[in-house]
Amino acid sequence: MLPDLLIALTMLSNFSLVATSRVAKAIQFAVLQGVLLGLMPLAMGLGRHFHIVLLAVAAVTVKGWLIPFLFRRALKQVQIKREVDPTVGYTVSLMLCALGTGLSLLLAHNLPLKPGTEYVLMVPASLATLFTGFLLLVSRRKALMQVVGYLVLENGIYLFGLLLVEDMPALVEAGILLDLFVGIFVMGIVINHIRVAFDSTDTRHLAELKD
Amino acid sequence: MAWLLILVPLLAAALAFAVSSPALRAWILPAVGVLHLGILLLALAGWRALPATAWFGLDALGGWVLLVISLLFCICAFYAPAYLALRPDRDHRVLSTCLLGFLGLASLLAQARHPGIAWVAMETTTLVTAPLIYFNQNRRSLEATWKYLVIGSVGIALALLGTLFIAYAAHMGGLEEPLRYTRLVENASLLSRPWLRAGFVLTLVGYGTKMGLAPLHTWKPDAYGETPGLVGALLAGGVTSCAFLALLRIYGVVAAAGEGAFARELLVAFGMLSMAWALVFMIRQSDIKRMLAYSSVEHMGILVFGIGIGGLAAKFALFHLAANALVKSVLFLSAGNIHRSYASKQLPFVTGALRRTPVSGWLFFLAFLAITGMPPFAPFLSEFSIASGALGTGHLASGAAFLVLLGGIFLAMSETVVKVVFGTPSAQRVRTPYKDAPATTAPLIVALGLALVLGIWLPRPLQAMLDQAGASVDGVPSIGREARR
Repeated sequence: MLPDLLIALTMLSNFSLVATSRVAKAIQFAVLQGVLLGLMPLAMGLGRHFHIVLLAVAAVTVKGWLIPFLFRRALKQVQIKREVDPTVGYTVSLMLCALGTGLSLLLAHNLPLKPGTEYVLMVPASLATLFTGFLLLVSRRKALMQVVGYLVLENGIYLFGLLLVEDMPALVEAGILLDLFVGIFVMGIVINHIRVAFDSTDTRHLAELKD
Repeated sequence: MAWLLILVPLLAAALAFAVSSPALRAWILPAVGVLHLGILLLALAGWRALPATAWFGLDALGGWVLLVISLLFCICAFYAPAYLALRPDRDHRVLSTCLLGFLGLASLLAQARHPGIAWVAMETTTLVTAPLIYFNQNRRSLEATWKYLVIGSVGIALALLGTLFIAYAAHMGGLEEPLRYTRLVENASLLSRPWLRAGFVLTLVGYGTKMGLAPLHTWKPDAYGETPGLVGALLAGGVTSCAFLALLRIYGVVAAAGEGAFARELLVAFGMLSMAWALVFMIRQSDIKRMLAYSSVEHMGILVFGIGIGGLAAKFALFHLAANALVKSVLFLSAGNIHRSYASKQLPFVTGALRRTPVSGWLFFLAFLAITGMPPFAPFLSEFSIASGALGTGHLASGAAFLVLLGGIFLAMSETVVKVVFGTPSAQRVRTPYKDAPATTAPLIVALGLALVLGIWLPRPLQAMLDQAGASVDGVPSIGREARR
């Protein structure tokens, strides 16, 4: 039952993410979601595999400690307005998120699970989280919020990876850890450059190049 | 051999980072380029079939793609020292390191026999190429880098999900690790169809983003527009080829599973859309580097279109990979020279390149003719064969549309190119010290010469390699058959 609870909380945090108007709050929700998912393998009873425990520890450390640390630093250094500054309103965002969740359920319905798999909610929740990440990426202007979107998208992939982690540990773990690395370190570096160059992390400044 | 191809560039990257003299560092690039090409040719000459259990190694398809990348790298590397000497204000420690790192990772990707390793290699190529786009370190290049990173990372994340979906398809069918391509292709009938299809769509979108297929190409004009021509050439011919190869591997599995028809429809649709989209944005394009970026979108479209048609067209799509890489390198590098000479890449300012930089002007013009399919250059051969492959297999509508789009793109590009190349140089523009020199034009002449030769004559070993690569695209295992070419 515990895994289902965690999945339900993950899906709830998707809605909180698109509805929140504060960058700091959005970061908190993304971190919460990351930690919930980091604990997932243990809730699924995979704790007997040492390498999976290591993955869980790495995920919780990176998403629960390192990322918030980097984000807090970026927020402190940049004296920006704290609103997330969406291009799509919060109500519309919420409706889109609900629509995406519905579509994910429909899509997952067409993807049969291996007989004997007990976590039927995993695939729809993963797709819904992926969709939420997308939504945040395209509809929020702050560079920091785009990184949050990427993080949420990555959470969705991580959730799907858990279906396979017991049978194909190397593939899943390498993929997920590398993905996290990109999301955080490289984007963190670029955000720093944006801050230095523009004195803000608003991607509206990044709109010089167009046809 | 396999490991040398990966390790030599990576070690050289570390060396380039450590060397403090800029002039010396710049010469590491051509040295490693030649060394890499030499090792690769030796490896291909002594080529034997890979054992089915190999994790790394060259098959015909990977060997062909890596040959293209290695050759392209050589051309760019010989151009690099002279170019970097023109930019003494810019430290190129990061640039050189990342260029060499890219070559090593491309070698890893071309030799990977497992979709997971291929994905890791593709991801790391994104990482090492991002600093290249930021070479000029101004606001515009920062914007381009940010878009490249965000859009590229999302694409690569989707490709990871697609790879996991395909792994789940295998898991459903009772196949477990190690899921090497060979095993996936041989046991393709066991794979779960819905997951396989969904996985292919995700990898197509994911790697398609890295290739720059419309409508996922939005990072491309910005990235290619803001980087030096040197980097643009490598991105347009190298990084895109890597992504194309990763996609082809997955397509091979899908085709072997009997879902080829579904995949081919998608590929043809993406190909046509990319060509049409590129055409629209090339009309009245005033920025020459952005025009080249849209041309790259078009040619990525041609590649997947050819694969989607299959058979002869698929083989010539692989040939087009080489043709496009060679001619694009001439276009980007000569555009870079023109940019240096005029200190601008925008149309009203850049006119009469034939008078101001005659050699680069001619090269730019000839390469434009080559890329739009003028015989006897190599792109003509591939574009013609893809079109005739489409018409010959009953794809009448798409074949005709393909030809119409090629014609339209020729007209759209020629308007800009003619203005840039001919006419009189505007007098009020500041003169820069740049003059065409052998060091900045000779590599381009060699590249264009190679494109010309390939258009007329393909050496027999290459022909055999291409035949086998073309066959393996459609999911016929290239391993376990007759070993020798």
